[in-house]
Amino acid sequence: MFDFLEGYDVLGAFWTTVQLTVLSALGSLVWGTLLAGMRVSPVPLMRGFGTAYVNIVRNIPLTVIIVFSSLGLADIFGVTLGASDDFELQGFRLAALSLVAYTAAFVCEALRSGINTVSLGQAEAARAIGLSFSQTLRLIVLPQAFRSVIAPLANVLIALTKNTTVAAAIGVAEAATLMKEMIENEAQTVLIGAVFAFGFVVLTLPTGLLLGWLGKRLAVKR
Amino acid sequence: MKLRKVTAAAAAAVVLSLTATACGGDNDKNDSGSGSGGGDKIKIGIKYDQPGLGLKEPDGSFSGFDVDVATYVAKELGYKPDQIEFVETKSADRENALARGDVKFIAATYSINDERKQKVDFAGPYLLAHQDLLVKADSDISQGTDLNGKKLCSVTGSTSAQNVKDTIAPKANLRQYGGYSECLAGLQSGAVDALTTDDSILAGFAAQDKYEGQFKLAGLKLSNENYGVGVKKGDKETADKINAALEKMVSDGAWQKAVDDNFGPASYKNEPAPKIGAIVK
Repeated sequence: MFDFLEGYDVLGAFWTTVQLTVLSALGSLVWGTLLAGMRVSPVPLMRGFGTAYVNIVRNIPLTVIIVFSSLGLADIFGVTLGASDDFELQGFRLAALSLVAYTAAFVCEALRSGINTVSLGQAEAARAIGLSFSQTLRLIVLPQAFRSVIAPLANVLIALTKNTTVAAAIGVAEAATLMKEMIENEAQTVLIGAVFAFGFVVLTLPTGLLLGWLGKRLAVKR
Repeated sequence: MKLRKVTAAAAAAVVLSLTATACGGDNDKNDSGSGSGGGDKIKIGIKYDQPGLGLKEPDGSFSGFDVDVATYVAKELGYKPDQIEFVETKSADRENALARGDVKFIAATYSINDERKQKVDFAGPYLLAHQDLLVKADSDISQGTDLNGKKLCSVTGSTSAQNVKDTIAPKANLRQYGGYSECLAGLQSGAVDALTTDDSILAGFAAQDKYEGQFKLAGLKLSNENYGVGVKKGDKETADKINAALEKMVSDGAWQKAVDDNFGPASYKNEPAPKIGAIVK
C-alpha cells in the first residue's frame, strides 16, 4: 500500500523542514526578544519602531513575505545572502530570513504579555537599587517573563513548524515541496497527504507536550 | 443550559440555510437547462490559469486549446455550448474530481502515464507536447546541455522540474516557484536564463499580448507529453465517444484551426495530430 514512497527521500525532506524550523526558531527568539525590549523601553523612538514593526509584519501574509523575499529582494535588489549561484541554498536562506522576520513579531507579543505578568514593584525595586533599564530587563524582568510564557511560545513554535511549508512557494526542498512532487507523479492524493500530515504530527506533538510540561514546571508561582 | 439552547438554534439555522441554498441552486440549474432546449448540463474539467490552453478571462469566458477541444467534444456528445459548465481542476485534484463524478471528463494538459492510468481512463491523446525552454528572443541557448551552469526556472514539483534535476541538466541552477508567472517575471528581468515546461504551455504564455516578441521557444524536444482526455475509470462508453469526436475534430480541420488560433504568435511548431491510442514514449 505504501510502495509509492519508494524512490523519494521523505526523511530528507523532513530533515530540511527541521533545519528550517530550528534555524528560524533561534533567529526569531533573538529578534523577537529584542523587539519586546524595544516595545517596553523608555525611549519613544524605539517603542514606536517596535510597535510599527510588529503591527505591520504580523499582518502581512507569510506567503507574500516569502515570495517577495525571492522575487523582490533576490531578483530585483540582488540580496542573495551570499548564495547568488545556488538557488537552492539561496531559497533556504531567504525562507529562513522571512520566517525569522515574521515569527519574531509573534514571539515579541507573547513575550510582552509575559513581561506584563511581572509586577511593577519588581521593576521599581530594581531601579531603587540602581540597576539601569537594560539591567532590569535582563536580570529581573525577562527571566520571570520567559518562564511564564513557555506555553504560548510553544504555540508559536508549532505554528512556525507548519509555516515552513510556505517555503515551497520559492522551491525550498522541504516536506511540502516533496509532497507536490509526489502528487504530480503518483496520483495518490489521499495517501500522500496522510503521510505528510502524519510527519508533521510527529514533529509538533512531542514539541507541544515537552514544552507544555516545561511550562508547568517552570512557571513562576505568584 | 442556555448556551446549549443557543448552540442548537444556531446549528438549526445553519442547516436550514444550507438546504435552502441547495434548493435554490438546483432550481437555477433546472431553469437555465430548460431554457436552452431541455437536457442536462455537462461539467468539464479544465485549468483556469494557463493562457493558450485553459484560461478564465476576466469577463468570465474561457479560452485556450483545451477549452476548444472540450467544447468540440461536448458538441459531439450532444451538448450545446451554453450547456457546458467548466470546472477548475488543478493538477493535484484531477483524479479525485473524476472519481467523485464532479466532472464528466477533463481536458487540462493531462499527460497520459502509467500511474494515472491506474486511477482514471484516458481518451486520446489529442496533442503531443514536449518539454521545452522559453528563453529571451536574443538568447543563445540551443541544446539541453547548454543549461548546465545556467539559471533555470520551473514550477515546484512539476514533471519538468524533476526532468531537469534527474536527466537533462543536473548541474543547472534550478529555481522553483509556485507558478509560471513568477518565472516569467524572472525571465523578463534577467534573474533566470530560461523557463522550462511543456512547449504548448510556454507557447501560450509567450503568445500573450504583453509578452509579444520578447521570448522564443528553444525548440528542444526534451520529453514527450501525450495529452489525453481523462474520464472516470471504467467509463469506456464515454471514452469511445470522445475518441470518435477527437478523430472527427482532426479530420474536419477544427483541430488545426484551434492550434493556430491559440499558439500562433509564438513560433510554435506543433506536432501533427496524434493517432488515437498512439502514445509516444
